[in-house]
Amino acid sequence: MTAPTTADRRSAEEIGRTEAGPRELPPLRPQPEVPAPDEADTVLTTGLRVIAVRRPGVPMVEVRLRIPFSGEGSEDPRYAAVAEVLASTVLSGTTRRSRVSLDDDLAGVGGEMGFSVDPERLAAAGHALADGLPTLLDVLADVLAGATYPADEVTRERERLAERIQVASAQPSVIARRALQRHRYGDHPVTREMPEVDDVASVTPDDLLATHRRKVVPRGSVLVLVGDIDPTTAVAAAEAALASWDAPGEAGLLPSLPALHGSELLLVDRPGAVQSQLRLSAAAVARTDPRYPALQLANLAFGGYFSSRLVENLREDKGYTYHASSSLEFDPYGAALLVETDCASEVTAPALLEMRYELGRAAVVPPSESELESARRYAVGSLLISLNTQAGLASTLAGLAGVGLDSGWVREHPRRLEAVTPDEVAAAAVEFLAPSRFTGVVVADAARSAESLRALGGIRVP
Amino acid sequence: MSTAPTSTAPAAPRSPGAERQRLTLGNGLRVLLAPDRTNPVVGVAVHVDVGFRSEPEGRTGFAHLFEHLMFQGSESLEKLAHFRHVQGSGGVFNGSTHQDYTDYFQILPAGALERGLFLEADRLRAPKLTAENLANQIDVVKEEIRLNVLNRPYGGFPWILLPPVLYSTYPNAHNGYGDFRDLETSTLDDAAAFFDAYYAPGNAVLTVVGDFDPDDAAALVERHFGDIPARPVPARPSFGEPVPDGERYESVVDPHAPLPALALGYRLPDPAADLRGYLAHAVLGSLLTDGEAARLTQRLVYGDGLVTDVSAAAGLMGAPLDARDPDTFTVTAVHPDSVDPRQVVDAVDAELALLAEKGPEPEELRRVTARWASALYREHDRLMNRMLALGSAELVHGRAELSDELPAEIAAVTPEAVAEAAAALRPDSRALLVLTPGAQA
Repeated sequence: MTAPTTADRRSAEEIGRTEAGPRELPPLRPQPEVPAPDEADTVLTTGLRVIAVRRPGVPMVEVRLRIPFSGEGSEDPRYAAVAEVLASTVLSGTTRRSRVSLDDDLAGVGGEMGFSVDPERLAAAGHALADGLPTLLDVLADVLAGATYPADEVTRERERLAERIQVASAQPSVIARRALQRHRYGDHPVTREMPEVDDVASVTPDDLLATHRRKVVPRGSVLVLVGDIDPTTAVAAAEAALASWDAPGEAGLLPSLPALHGSELLLVDRPGAVQSQLRLSAAAVARTDPRYPALQLANLAFGGYFSSRLVENLREDKGYTYHASSSLEFDPYGAALLVETDCASEVTAPALLEMRYELGRAAVVPPSESELESARRYAVGSLLISLNTQAGLASTLAGLAGVGLDSGWVREHPRRLEAVTPDEVAAAAVEFLAPSRFTGVVVADAARSAESLRALGGIRVP
Repeated sequence: MSTAPTSTAPAAPRSPGAERQRLTLGNGLRVLLAPDRTNPVVGVAVHVDVGFRSEPEGRTGFAHLFEHLMFQGSESLEKLAHFRHVQGSGGVFNGSTHQDYTDYFQILPAGALERGLFLEADRLRAPKLTAENLANQIDVVKEEIRLNVLNRPYGGFPWILLPPVLYSTYPNAHNGYGDFRDLETSTLDDAAAFFDAYYAPGNAVLTVVGDFDPDDAAALVERHFGDIPARPVPARPSFGEPVPDGERYESVVDPHAPLPALALGYRLPDPAADLRGYLAHAVLGSLLTDGEAARLTQRLVYGDGLVTDVSAAAGLMGAPLDARDPDTFTVTAVHPDSVDPRQVVDAVDAELALLAEKGPEPEELRRVTARWASALYREHDRLMNRMLALGSAELVHGRAELSDELPAEIAAVTPEAVAEAAAALRPDSRALLVLTPGAQA
């Protein structure tokens, strides 16, 4: 191409306007409903709940398994270490397969599988080409009924884990999370999201075998299959493949959590820190509560997405932070609000002041009509988009099953959101977002921020 | 136990092509409509036929900088309005700059289709290019470069650091993120010239996917894009250059890297002329480093412990078929201080020689291609990824269908083709970049 000379091409100013002038933004059209999927939901004689959903599109199947993994014994601090090593080594070999042959068999059907654990549940997530479902289920059953925890694999994995934990423990976000959990939940098992290095080093194959026998059980667990499958056939295939997984007992539920009350924040000193972590939390309600849809919208308008008051204030207006958010954390019994931001050390107290200001404003100056409508459109649209993949749907259904909800809840939720009135949102904001309801932690260099935080008040400074 | 190979070849792709429609508007804009009525979600993407290989000398990083400017408002939309309208509809948006194209896209609830088309059309017709936004976005891009390149270990390794070793001409060799001095001296008039030259409607592809009626969508596309005036479409230059006639060597120091690393770069076959050969290289990359049992992973990580991490892939940016010829096959490895880079290179050469002589085991190859197929299907299950794959295949290779056919094409790669690809990665025609950790002098 020969570059045109300045004379015969347009200036930036000319490019930015047309003869017709600015145009009107087209309105949104009515949003079509999500069709009800072809679905089976049943409890097998072993006690395992199986949910299978037909979602064609690509010739794949997604699998999620969720085993409540707390209960008896979980109060022992060492339990978190056993659980973590178990999740990291459960795929290291079975009575029928080595680590490599587990991986080879999965690869043969385009499959992958992984396990993870947190204080609430042990989870498996995997996928395969749809016609490889029998192999995927066979590998899963093999692991659930016959994991052997070979000594050399356990040793290697313990070392790897210890290294990873050491690295992670130095991360400011992890320090803040640990401090918040202890501050709001004391010594409850929910606080042990990451085990101690010394505990990990002490885990033996016998610990793992014993814990697997007692805790990896079908009764109370849920298996979700989503993909290019026939739900009835898939349930039958799961029943046949998993018949050998019939360990007695009931999966262990997380003990109920201490109630959250408003209290002084805690300043956690991190000498030399260039950035501070602010984490505020308050009691909220579960998805089944009639106030939930209004709370969801009130929280979005306050700080639940980019176009919210909290983000526009802290980020766009003040430039204190790259990121600020307010979200709901769910547990088997209810939920908690979590308001968080990371900011430069020198604006720690000003950022906390603005967070409290926006919480107070949320409670006494309810969202305007346009703020509410924007939050409503975002809530309905983002739910829709998150469920638009086999993997997204499978993960959502497994999570909802953990709190006793099913796909019907997801399908009906947009209607609930549409029905929420401005008065209900205002009431939810007063009830849940009032600053006096919050507790939390600030992780910061005390030498640089203690004085101004003390001046603000409502925070325990060491 | 032995598993019956139930999935010898992935299922044939459904033929969504049957329902697809192509249109060309009067102003030259190519339109691809790919309806999928399974869920009430839609996607809109604009792929423009200009990437960082086309930016002028002295203006490194300009294609990417310009991408940022396109989010800063247009005749009908003030600054930030784009973000608000997309998020306020429940949607997501983004853009990205590649070697040969730049894309802009949104995923939205189906009821917001017309709004999505309006937002894309408005900036393709009349973007607001202002001095204030340019200065502001130069700062933002510099911050992005600091975050992704300058202040992190292995930043720009190998995608920025390897091309100047493997290639000799400016388009292929220069830094697509840009030098700070080039970015800082960019002017509003540069932006105007770039837009007028490359963002002509005839130089772009509009892709619309998801839950819509094709006739309705075609009418909406015409309504919003139809009156963008036609402008001359730039002739697309060839970026071809001779292959290296030896092993080209460079070394760099990375102040943040904890361990030494190396990158090998080779030229790939031209996908337009030899698609089969190109894909054999992609499969070879997987055989070498994807999964526990991969050749180089077994040999170098679990076997002699020469490296802590090794990765091989077709495509400079890590994905195959993302660019026209010439494109790069890379092998990167991170290794302990005690290991000489040459030891790693020799081990790679030995494994390639073995594969060139004997080829992969058919069962080994089948496992790799099955995982490839399944990874592609999963990726395309996300409407956003499927849309971007269709749009880039249509723009870069002239055939959106290539994206549907890829799983089957990958499955059809033979052990012989892989052996040929391994033989083509010759020590006497490549780049070797050695990265050493340490404070910069």
